[in-house]
Amino acid sequence: MATDANAEGGLVFHPMDQFIVKPLFGGDAVHWYTPTNATLWMVLAIVGITAMLVLGTSRRAIIPSRSQSIGELAYGFIYKMVEDVTGKDGVKYFPYIMTLFMFIVFSNFLGLLPMAFTPTSHIAVTAVMAFAVFIAVTVLGFVKNGASFLGLFWVSSAPLALRPILALIEIISYFVRPVSHSIRLAGNMMAGHAVIKVFAGFAAITAIAPLSVVAITAMYGLEVLVSFIQAYVFTILTCVYLKDALHPHH
Amino acid sequence: MATEPHGAESAPGMPQLDFSTYGNQIFWLLLTLVVIYFILSRIALPRIGAVLAERQGTITNDIAAAENLKAKAVEAEAAYNKALADARVEANRIIAETKAEIQADLDKAIAKADAEIAAKAAEGEKAIAAIRASALENVTDVAKDTAKEIVAAMGGTADARSVTAAVNARMKG
Repeated sequence: MATDANAEGGLVFHPMDQFIVKPLFGGDAVHWYTPTNATLWMVLAIVGITAMLVLGTSRRAIIPSRSQSIGELAYGFIYKMVEDVTGKDGVKYFPYIMTLFMFIVFSNFLGLLPMAFTPTSHIAVTAVMAFAVFIAVTVLGFVKNGASFLGLFWVSSAPLALRPILALIEIISYFVRPVSHSIRLAGNMMAGHAVIKVFAGFAAITAIAPLSVVAITAMYGLEVLVSFIQAYVFTILTCVYLKDALHPHH
Repeated sequence: MATEPHGAESAPGMPQLDFSTYGNQIFWLLLTLVVIYFILSRIALPRIGAVLAERQGTITNDIAAAENLKAKAVEAEAAYNKALADARVEANRIIAETKAEIQADLDKAIAKADAEIAAKAAEGEKAIAAIRASALENVTDVAKDTAKEIVAAMGGTADARSVTAAVNARMKG
């Protein structure tokens, strides 16, 4: 009993500490301009993206080197996604979508490094991106289609009696989009990292430690998958919303 | 016991809901996205797009060149086959011609040989006839002499003329 209590007391869980935004160069106040750990890992994402897409392709070889192949793979992956989902006229928005994808995928993967900070685990970050997509797509829809953009909510293939109800549902779902869009990404990243930390906390008990290590390893593998899939999901949803703005009629 | 570590935590439950850091994160996020956008749209994406287009062009050109070469190869094969057929026809023609020539020569030679053989045969026959004639003469002479000698040996005197007449008569007989 006594040892049990001791072991219990030795367990310290701080699963959420990894998400605290701290000033990078000391001090306590986080002003809007203070360089923080979030700044550091965003800058590292920029560095990573530059290394992959700019330095990797610097030789512009017809027969690509390995690093150039990776860059081309990422380019082709997103380009094809944009083209497939939004059609030919969506291709001009490809750089914006590529920006979002590269930032999210690099933030997610860099966040998997031990002691790292994951900008995309913060709702502030994902919400800004999701609302930017939402506002951009809505404005674009009205600019491109005028009032007929509202046809997105008027399901002309449904029976007339059902249309007002469907319109209500469509409008609600339209406005919920940015919320689900942002919380999905932040929630996934936060939950995975927190769970890993919890498992790590259990490693303080010697008997459970091996199990804990196995669990962390499994969880880490899952997180690698989730990191990519969530970046992919965020990007493809952006493409789908963009498609709705460009072709609002079902 | 359960509350102790809780109390020791310095941060609130979820740092994600600490609104005091939102301005900071949003500022740095927007800056980061703008920087990434400019890096991608000014440098990375045009470059990769150009490389991919160039590669596509190269591949298309290479395929076209390969098809061209293939067509040329087919053409060359046809020309080769035609040349082969022509050569075969020519060879057959030369063989027929040569055969005819040889046949003509052969016929001429055979005719000449036949003529020679006929001449030789006639000559031989003449010689044989001469030999036969002279042999008959000799036999007559020998018979006359032998008859004379036999007559003399019998004790008579042979009259040369009667002996000759008798031998000749016998020879005819």
